[in-house]
Amino acid sequence: MALLDVREVDMVFGGVHAVQNLSFSVQQGAIHSVIGPNGAGKTTLFNMITGIYIPTRGAIELDGDDVTGKPPFELAKRGMSRTFQNLQICMNMTAIENVMVGSHLRLSQRLIPSLLRMRSITRADNACREESAQLMEFVGVGKYVRSHASQMPYGALKRLEIARALAAKPKILLLDEPAAGLNQTETREIDELIQKIAAAGVTVVLVEHDMKLVMNISDHILVLDYGKKLAEGTAAEVRSNPDVIVAYLGGA
Amino acid sequence: MWSQPRTGPLLLTAAIIAILPLFLPNTFYYDIAIRIYMNAIVVVGLNLLIGYAGQISLGHAGFLGIGAYASAILTVRYGWPPVVALLAGAAVVAVLAFFIARPILRLKGHYLAMATLGLGIIIYIVLTTESRWTGGPDGMAVGTLSLFGMELSGERKWYWLFGALVIVAIWLALNLIDSPIGRALQALHGSEVAAQVAGVDTSRYKVMIFVVSAVFASLTGSLMAHYVGFITPQLASFFHSIELVTMVVVGGMASTYGAVVGAVILTMLPQLLSRFEGYELVAFGSILMLTMIFVPKGLVPTLAARFRR
Amino acid sequence: MLSQFLQFLFSGITNGSIYALAALGFSIIYNASGVINFAQGEFIMLGGIGTVFLVQAGVPLWAAIPIAVFIAMLVGLALEKFAVEPAGNAEVVSLIIITIGASIFIQGVAQVIFGKGQHALQPFSGDTPINILGATLLPQSLWVIGVAALIVAALWWFFSRTLTGKAMLATAANPLAARLVGVNTKFILTLSFGLAAVLGSVAGIIVAPITLTSYDVGIMLGLKGFVAATLGGLGNGMGAVVGGLVLGMTEAMAAGYLSSEYKDAVPFVLIILILFFMPRGLFGARVTERV
Repeated sequence: MALLDVREVDMVFGGVHAVQNLSFSVQQGAIHSVIGPNGAGKTTLFNMITGIYIPTRGAIELDGDDVTGKPPFELAKRGMSRTFQNLQICMNMTAIENVMVGSHLRLSQRLIPSLLRMRSITRADNACREESAQLMEFVGVGKYVRSHASQMPYGALKRLEIARALAAKPKILLLDEPAAGLNQTETREIDELIQKIAAAGVTVVLVEHDMKLVMNISDHILVLDYGKKLAEGTAAEVRSNPDVIVAYLGGA
Repeated sequence: MWSQPRTGPLLLTAAIIAILPLFLPNTFYYDIAIRIYMNAIVVVGLNLLIGYAGQISLGHAGFLGIGAYASAILTVRYGWPPVVALLAGAAVVAVLAFFIARPILRLKGHYLAMATLGLGIIIYIVLTTESRWTGGPDGMAVGTLSLFGMELSGERKWYWLFGALVIVAIWLALNLIDSPIGRALQALHGSEVAAQVAGVDTSRYKVMIFVVSAVFASLTGSLMAHYVGFITPQLASFFHSIELVTMVVVGGMASTYGAVVGAVILTMLPQLLSRFEGYELVAFGSILMLTMIFVPKGLVPTLAARFRR
Repeated sequence: MLSQFLQFLFSGITNGSIYALAALGFSIIYNASGVINFAQGEFIMLGGIGTVFLVQAGVPLWAAIPIAVFIAMLVGLALEKFAVEPAGNAEVVSLIIITIGASIFIQGVAQVIFGKGQHALQPFSGDTPINILGATLLPQSLWVIGVAALIVAALWWFFSRTLTGKAMLATAANPLAARLVGVNTKFILTLSFGLAAVLGSVAGIIVAPITLTSYDVGIMLGLKGFVAATLGGLGNGMGAVVGGLVLGMTEAMAAGYLSSEYKDAVPFVLIILILFFMPRGLFGARVTERV
């Protein structure tokens, strides 16, 4: 059964059809990429899946549950995590606190024990801090474990966001242009990181422009153009698809 | 290894509060200290809302006013025990804050500012107009408070009560900040959408912190009523709300001790400016502008950052 | 019955015209800078109180008015130059507090110069009330409504027919694009403050003969102007005018038919209701945030 099932979704903003009648599914354990030219609707699609936009039409199912139009925190409860194209890091917090926020749902949210700093809270917090430090190591920003988010370079912040997303121990992780703004070395490192994450059992869906990265690691690729599905399949299938070639390189 | 040295500054503050009476020559100075502590308690709570969670409230004095008048009306007109009246006032404020928070906190920026301002002014107008209950613009007198059978009269007893409460308030605030709830609030401020996808129900959290800070204000208002012995609707005025926000902003946003410092400075300011009689507004306005332009993060965080370098 | 209704209507339109001018001032500044100028009410105060004092000092009315307006404009420019510009790209909370601080500062200075008392300005053309179907209308009210209408017309002409006006609209719509086509957005920003100050001070002058003026009269008028602007849709000129008139009339009707004691609460109840149910106001634009 597919972990994520998107069925005939539309997204209309005023007069603009950002996404039209899109259907696809993501199998558990796969690395699934969504590619397409700028404005093809990739981030809009992500925003619909993660509950930031409500689709004008259509349905989205996560692990068999209908999650269409549910707010982001509900999706987080069901095991979905994501990062953002334009880096949503809390610059007012330390690096490790940013990651700890990712564990939010696994920690106590009760007001009175928090106000009184009861043992249950502090013990869980210390454990969470340890885990978050380990996650920072895992994604490759271990050296920033004592830093403030505002002191970190852009590439490190991109990974920090991934660490935060992983802190939730998600079933499915959506990465919106994880290699945006990174140089070749950094992109290769992200490539390795994504494969590490998938190897650990997390289903990964990513939006990317960097073709080398996409073709290298994806089990399955979805190509969008003007909000519609242009092609779908393995890297080899997509690469040789004539419509895809036209869309990317222009008509011959 | 991980947590900041928390107990140090708290013990220091407690020590200062404990030793200060040795330097206070007469009741006039005790009164100033008490007023500082009262403002500090309110502002520590308000800072959770404005500094940490990044919201705005330009009508917080309204909650203080409700607390004060609830205590006053229930004890004077209905003979309720003061502690019960105090809790009833806090309950009323909690309920009001809860119901108004959800729709109001959906707003952002100046819309939120405007809505909270409107709320505060409505409360002020009600307190001024319903003179049958509240005594109108001229205010009403309030009796004293008895705690555990001991009547609290005289500046000294009140000093120790408020001094202890300041420490408690700071302790509670610091605990909350260093917890999953606290991090969720700060994340909400830093990037609301990031907090949401991490699983934070941001609407619920905004409501919660709004209610908590409102209750801080209400409890202080009730105690203030008993201490001063006389209250007027000015307690809930727009100007008073601005004074409270100024304390948060001058002392330090997202800094509990900053809020306390802000309370200290701004409570003492009228005394320091007393020789510039007639220029209070000019001075107050200048401070607001200069602080926000040159020290936008507030005094304590800015100084702390300087020291870190 | 009818005369009572007309009475409230006249009162509502008169006050509404003042709110409309204040709302326009808010909208103009908001459009140029995204800042809500809490000091807008102080321009209203300066216009009124400045004229009063100039007249008391012997200056004839026809000269006192332009001088007072000019002074208010200078204050507006100073506000922009010394309070808003240095703040740069500060957070919304910070900007709000800066303008509130400026508002308090200006009030403080006014209090020092003019004292705490209330002052009256002579009506422009006498104070014999005009009787219309049983309701009385002060001649000054006609001045208020007339001048306000003239100003709105002048503004309409300015924004739609002059290059500077169009430049201001362009800056409001997209500051970066405006700069790219050669609009001096800094100048526009300064101009918007000056213009808002002129609007506010004129409003303060024409209404001063009806309501007394004092150093703190700006607070309520400014806040109500903001309510009117939000009601009509922040940043929308027609919305500001409509919002002002609607607010004025709602206030008058509520005060007349419901409770005169709670007259001042009406704008704030209204603003809360609007913000809950229709935050964009009557004519406001829809904004979506991109993540």
